[in-house]
Amino acid sequence: MRAGGGARTIEDFMSFAFNDDQKMLAESADRFMLDDYAFETRRKIMSMDEGFSREVWSQFAELGWLALPIPEEHGGLGGSTVDTAVLMECFGRGLVVEPYMGTVVLGAGFVAAAGSDAQKGEILAGVAEGRTLLGFAHIEPKARFTLSHVETTATKDGAGYVLNGDKAIVHNADAADYLIVSARTAGATTDSDGVTLFLVDRKAEGVELRSYPTIDGLRASEIKFSGVKLGADAVIGDVDGAMPVIEAVVDRANVLLCAEAAGAMDAAVKLTVEYLKTRVQFGRPIGDFQVLQHRSVEMLGAKEYSRALTYRAAGVMDVANARDRARAVSAAKVEMGRAGKKIGQDGVQLHGGMGMTEDMAVGHYFKRLTMIDMLFGNTDHHLRRFARLA
Amino acid sequence: MDLILTPEEEAFRLEVRAFLAAEVPEEVKRKTMTGFRLSKEEHVSWQKKLYEKGWVAPGWPVEHGGTGWTPMQKHLFEEECAAAGAPPVIAFGVTMVAPVIMAFGNDAQKGYYLPRILRSDDWWCQGYSEPGSGSDLASLRTKAVLNGDHYVVNGQKTWTSLAQHANLMFCLTRTEDTGKRQEGITFLLIDMEQPGVTVQPITTIDGSQEINNVFLEDVKVPVENRIGEEGKGWTYAKYLLGHERTGIAAVGRSKAQLKRLKTIASAEQHEGQALIEDANFREKIAEIEIDLLALESLVLRVLSDESSGKGPGPEASFLKIRGTEVQQGITELLVEAVGNYAHPYVPDAMKTGWNEDPIGPEHAASIAPHYFNWRKASIYGGSNEIQKNIIAKAVLGF
Repeated sequence: MRAGGGARTIEDFMSFAFNDDQKMLAESADRFMLDDYAFETRRKIMSMDEGFSREVWSQFAELGWLALPIPEEHGGLGGSTVDTAVLMECFGRGLVVEPYMGTVVLGAGFVAAAGSDAQKGEILAGVAEGRTLLGFAHIEPKARFTLSHVETTATKDGAGYVLNGDKAIVHNADAADYLIVSARTAGATTDSDGVTLFLVDRKAEGVELRSYPTIDGLRASEIKFSGVKLGADAVIGDVDGAMPVIEAVVDRANVLLCAEAAGAMDAAVKLTVEYLKTRVQFGRPIGDFQVLQHRSVEMLGAKEYSRALTYRAAGVMDVANARDRARAVSAAKVEMGRAGKKIGQDGVQLHGGMGMTEDMAVGHYFKRLTMIDMLFGNTDHHLRRFARLA
Repeated sequence: MDLILTPEEEAFRLEVRAFLAAEVPEEVKRKTMTGFRLSKEEHVSWQKKLYEKGWVAPGWPVEHGGTGWTPMQKHLFEEECAAAGAPPVIAFGVTMVAPVIMAFGNDAQKGYYLPRILRSDDWWCQGYSEPGSGSDLASLRTKAVLNGDHYVVNGQKTWTSLAQHANLMFCLTRTEDTGKRQEGITFLLIDMEQPGVTVQPITTIDGSQEINNVFLEDVKVPVENRIGEEGKGWTYAKYLLGHERTGIAAVGRSKAQLKRLKTIASAEQHEGQALIEDANFREKIAEIEIDLLALESLVLRVLSDESSGKGPGPEASFLKIRGTEVQQGITELLVEAVGNYAHPYVPDAMKTGWNEDPIGPEHAASIAPHYFNWRKASIYGGSNEIQKNIIAKAVLGF
């Protein structure tokens, strides 16, 4: 935790109740989901060219949501991880497909954490105002969940670099203006030392995208970098020293994914209980059957525990040392993975045959929860990470 | 812990294996093993090959075209077919309606329909569930009104698998409202090519369209197409549902999928070694494998009971529960094994004739869709919750 004294108390870090700003944020975001992001609206948005709505993105900008975690000196609101978690939870309830994670949490997160003044100036205000989209090109085809597995290379070329390699599962890369790309400048494939982050124009020569929808309704791309020329000013942060930054930003992203999942779980539980109360078979609502009531209770409990641990982890994200932060995140991700699986699977099961159809939202929550688990380390990966940090 | 076979059983197994190796087309094997879609032609063509060999209906009495195999032979046949990537025989004709026709149909019906089912000249679908009648099937409302020499049928069936390929539907209809729901149900065979029959695809959460709504509007069904007596259809429906419980356990298929999981986990690299070398993952596989061994043991006991004349008891419901849990458990581990490549959704990759490079490993494309699709298994055929109710009442006497 933080060194030195001060007037902070345990409540400052572990606030389990929303403060007034957070309450207002949650209210306005949930209202947006109800009024402007209903299930049918989302379906139409998903079928747009980019897989999300630029108009909705502008509305997010107007509402200050894109500025939320960005530092105030760069046009942001300087919000904490908890503040952002509150918003992400609402996004989870709404099954939002807009590229908040890639642009605001990851992309802008890297620039804010490690970028030069010039980079911050160029990127952050643009993100806050909704003009600039970003993608984080880090995962590689053979890396699985090992964060330091980087085979993409950036070879020195005069003052600059030449980028070569393949990146995988880059969400909304095809809409991004810039990509934040990790590449190896020294060391062996999985060495922590020797990784460098670069700011790359998505339209630069040698950047080739193969884009596709994802099973949970988003868009992503495989990216091939072939001899992409980068100036020295493309480096974000320290040469060879990107891994600590990557770990910190991805840890934060994972907590925020858990917050999104909490919203999805909340919605899935509510939909399921509603269905059980209205679906009549054998002359009565099937929710009358105790077995199904207990299953619903178990779903609710799983959501409550996961959500509580998520907000706890979010609370320490901005202040903990790397080890404590990592343990908090991995614990939250494990709890989320298990809860999400139970709620997703049982949500569909309790809806019976209807749960299997595309027309019902419960299946979409199930898919989203499953893919959140499969991003930046699944349950087993984080269980192992937590155990190793004991 | 392999099965211990007699020399005759071993010889039979090898005979089946040789036939399958020669007759299952490579492309069909690939698609069956990876869960990609087969066309109607591929299914029918395979079933006709089995028919020519005399092996399409191992569960039928010999006098109607069955094989006369022992329970172990039937079990070995299923296992070898699954291992060879042979498409499963579509159940609606051979396994579901045929036993009902044999037990309750008249001679004309047996003489007409059974040979056609054997030859796969007809494709059947099952008109059971309705929007308002899922677990409570007896509450069904599709009406059949007798009008001289035919019934006029009106209603909607749902969850009708592969109705888009079907030319015939066996259909539960209500001919009378006596107050007791299980009475007044009539089992009709409906020609799908009649006017008034509309098939509307339903998209499931994996993006596929294997199930349908079937709308019936003033559909005329000749009285000759009624199985058994008017109003006694519930008895026939229960007979059908109870008749084939070992098949739905799909032990052979799960063995083949488990083998596939191990292959994929051996190829997936994880922290410098194959994922299968990870103790945690290996043990998760072991747990499912042990569940499957226990399932197989109970299947063999039930098969043995069947052949000594005892009908499948309600314990057979246990086979459906664990069978589907094992199947689903394997699909879960496959998603874990494929890691990041669970994300890309490439439905075209699962169709014939797709020529592009895969996104990630070739086996990845069908894995997440298959996981989501297979959630149906604990819901269909009588949900696992209903199966537990059946066991509670019929076995434990609650």
